[in-house]
Amino acid sequence: MSQSASISIRNLYKIFGSQPLKALDHVRAGMGKSELMNKHRHVLGLRDINVEMQAGEITVIMGLSGSGKSTLIRHVNRLIEPTAGEILVNGENILKFGESRLRELRRKQMSMVFQHFALLPHKTVLDNAGMARAVRGEDRRGYEQDARDWLARVGLGGQEAQYPHQLSGGMQQRVGIARALTSNAPIMLMDEAFSALDPLIRTDMQDLLLELQLELQKTIVFISHDLDEALKLADHLVILKDGIIVQQGEPQEILLHPNDPYIVDFISDINRARVLRVRSVMDVGPVPPPQTAGKVDADATLESVIALSEGDTSVSYEVHREGKHVGYLNMQKLVRALVPTQAAQNGMRNSTRSTSA
Amino acid sequence: MTTYNFIFEGLGLRGWCGEPERTGPMTMAELLARGSAPAEPKTGFDWSALWSLPFPSLDELHKACAAIPRSRDLTKSLETGFLNIRESLRYVLDPLTQPLSWALETSLFIAVNTPWWLMLMVLLVIVWIAGRSMALVALVASVMGFLLFVDHYIFAMQTLAIIFVCAFLCVVMGVPVGIAMSRSDRLQRLMIPVLDMLQTLPTFVYLIPLIFLFSVTEPKLYGIAIILYAIVPVIRLTDLGIRLVDKDVIEAAEAFGMTRHQKLIRVQIPLALPNIMAGVNQTIMMSLAMVVIASLVSALGLGVLVLRGIRNLELGVGLMAGLGIVLLAVILDRVTKAALARVNAAASVPRH
Repeated sequence: MSQSASISIRNLYKIFGSQPLKALDHVRAGMGKSELMNKHRHVLGLRDINVEMQAGEITVIMGLSGSGKSTLIRHVNRLIEPTAGEILVNGENILKFGESRLRELRRKQMSMVFQHFALLPHKTVLDNAGMARAVRGEDRRGYEQDARDWLARVGLGGQEAQYPHQLSGGMQQRVGIARALTSNAPIMLMDEAFSALDPLIRTDMQDLLLELQLELQKTIVFISHDLDEALKLADHLVILKDGIIVQQGEPQEILLHPNDPYIVDFISDINRARVLRVRSVMDVGPVPPPQTAGKVDADATLESVIALSEGDTSVSYEVHREGKHVGYLNMQKLVRALVPTQAAQNGMRNSTRSTSA
Repeated sequence: MTTYNFIFEGLGLRGWCGEPERTGPMTMAELLARGSAPAEPKTGFDWSALWSLPFPSLDELHKACAAIPRSRDLTKSLETGFLNIRESLRYVLDPLTQPLSWALETSLFIAVNTPWWLMLMVLLVIVWIAGRSMALVALVASVMGFLLFVDHYIFAMQTLAIIFVCAFLCVVMGVPVGIAMSRSDRLQRLMIPVLDMLQTLPTFVYLIPLIFLFSVTEPKLYGIAIILYAIVPVIRLTDLGIRLVDKDVIEAAEAFGMTRHQKLIRVQIPLALPNIMAGVNQTIMMSLAMVVIASLVSALGLGVLVLRGIRNLELGVGLMAGLGIVLLAVILDRVTKAALARVNAAASVPRH
């Protein structure tokens, strides 16, 4: 496994139009997206984006369509050039790279998984999986075994000789993932990788990704428009709206302390008990409750604890992580955490809808 | 006195116009005018003059002012202009196009001198490789058998030989041009009018300047005419095919760090192949159409028989040769379509 890599994006702006630099001045002076569109016919893609993506973590960038998330991920490998800002990979500003260094970066440091798979239709599954390595000029013998191993790992053993169109969507995306993994690059960019798949297969693929990540510790940038998916995968969650980061941080943190009506609106639909974890609502203090009814894992979902307690809110649990005691969980506190954020019920949703429309 | 005298009088250009002098040959209209008596000048507004008011064309203006050339002077100067650059053009083009003559001569020689049974076997093998279909092989065998039976085999082989050489050269030259066009919007904008012109120019018009440039006995004369006419679809469809390649796949190729060359060889050409093959099919069919017309400038083959049918009013000869051409067209079309279908099956992209 090759070394890990961190990515930082600093003060990134992207404006689409004929004279982006001119428009940039307006944006820096505070002009909004719709005003820029109406007055200067430029589209504000991204505005002052600052994200630190740690090595070995999954950073999920979430937003609705048009929020700029796909634009953002394409900046990481410079499929799109920014209007202003810096993108550092392992501390080096890749915007300063010339053509050949950029190509090296794309070949060795990064791999990408696409929403619509983007496999080569005239190549076999095996050749598709080995594509990144073949592009580097490696001999077929050099990567064939790797490609076979990864295909087997994503559940496509024995299908190497088939062509992409002979496979279902889920299987094609497995090829896409095998292609990214065979490239052996430390950074994996996943652009709505699971959005085109049906829900059951999507869950499978998410589990597969988490399982692989446990072992590979790659730096993954994952784009999603699905909050459940984002919460499930993210170590670090970035929420984009109209090209601006609304909030970023640990997903549990965002869920418990949303700082924007937009996010409140977003999270009001999800099943909090299924997403929130014990560690987010437990008490870390040394003050023990009078008695505990048993032990629960820090990463267990609240839903599983409720099932354990059979609905009894008077009990408390000891919280453990990897066998060590880390805190206590009070069931009443747990229930309080499940109360939806106030804004969601009292018409906030509707008012945000109407303002954003 | 003519209608537009007033222009030159008004501008004071009478002196510049000078006296009319007779350089060019006399037109039929002038000849007729000489016979009739000059009309009496009329007074007052003449409605009939308005009705027959001529457009101020070159000929009309010439009547008023001799310094203005007549339109026949225009065509004449085009001709002399072409004749003046002919030698230098030929100096450049002659050696450049000489290989075309050799290729055509060799190909015709092989087509005519190979024993019929050997040629038949070779053709059937080619058909099998292209189409992988026994039915197709049987069709070609029966068509060739028929042509052999009615003694049109040699003519048909000459036609085929010319088509093979010209279509091959069309592909060799057309595909790179199509690729270049797909990469540059500017080149595409420049080329499309040229291609439109090549496609719409009446086929006989190609032949006129070529006859001036080369001797009629040289095969390259009709070779060039056929190539100019038939190269258009392969260029167009190569350009189209590459431009239509799935943007997602191109993006993936770039994301994995392919160079432009790798992208072309590994992604664009393979994915554009169905369209390119459709262009090749069209090119072959257009070569066949042109090779018949090219018999006017000594192209051998079935076209010669058609021409004989027209010139000598030998209905049967013309009809028989026409049937031969139709049969050739059918087998050429079927074989290339079968090859195209195989390409399509291999690269089919039913998405999602």
